[in-house]
Amino acid sequence: MELSAEYLREKLQRDLEAEHVEVEDTTPNRCASSFRVLVVSAKFEGKPLLQRHRLVNTCLAEELLHIHAFEQKTLTPEQWAREQQK
Amino acid sequence: MSGTLGRAAAALLRWGRGAGGGGLRGPGVRAASSGGSGSAEHLDALVKKDKVVVFLKGTPEQPQCGFSNAVVQILRLHGVRDYAAYNVLDDPQLRQGIKDYSNWPTIPQVYLNGEFVGGCDILLQMHQNGDLVEELKKLGIRSALLDEKKDQDSK
Repeated sequence: MELSAEYLREKLQRDLEAEHVEVEDTTPNRCASSFRVLVVSAKFEGKPLLQRHRLVNTCLAEELLHIHAFEQKTLTPEQWAREQQK
Repeated sequence: MSGTLGRAAAALLRWGRGAGGGGLRGPGVRAASSGGSGSAEHLDALVKKDKVVVFLKGTPEQPQCGFSNAVVQILRLHGVRDYAAYNVLDDPQLRQGIKDYSNWPTIPQVYLNGEFVGGCDILLQMHQNGDLVEELKKLGIRSALLDEKKDQDSK
């Protein structure tokens, strides 16, 4: 399976209707098996962290089978705006 | 990984000041064996048997992965010593079984009072935003960080 940060970014953006997505390949040699993602989506509003993470996990269910380590941060647009002001 | 763990370490250091070296004592962790079963019935009993249950890669004494280590360190900081830890690396059935049971694709996994809480990212955020102290309180566990902060305030 072709896994790349760009592929994951596009998929998250599309499926979660995200307004902002960052995907970083955190594999030491960039061999695309560890990723850190930041997803900003209105779909997270009113949802606790666990449910937000479950949305991301579901979106990438197939890919996660091939991913070794995965970190995620899930923010609503308001939370993202606040974070940027810091 | 290093970024988040770096942030985790920074957060831990912040909390850890004034710990008085208490952190050097090992937690009273049961070195539980899995019984070789990944069945939902078995796991159901497992996660409900203890108030705090974690599934790790490695053991609390010797975590085999940075994320599992972060979970161990967070619990240690809160003075949670009495928890059940299961090493998924010892048992492939447990490793797959708990992922299916929790509907969660990664290890570590944390259960409080039989309820799935999340993985490393979620526990870390709960630690940072104070939710973990509240959740532990519901279980009748007083976070060691509360006493620590009081110590610092009175100094």
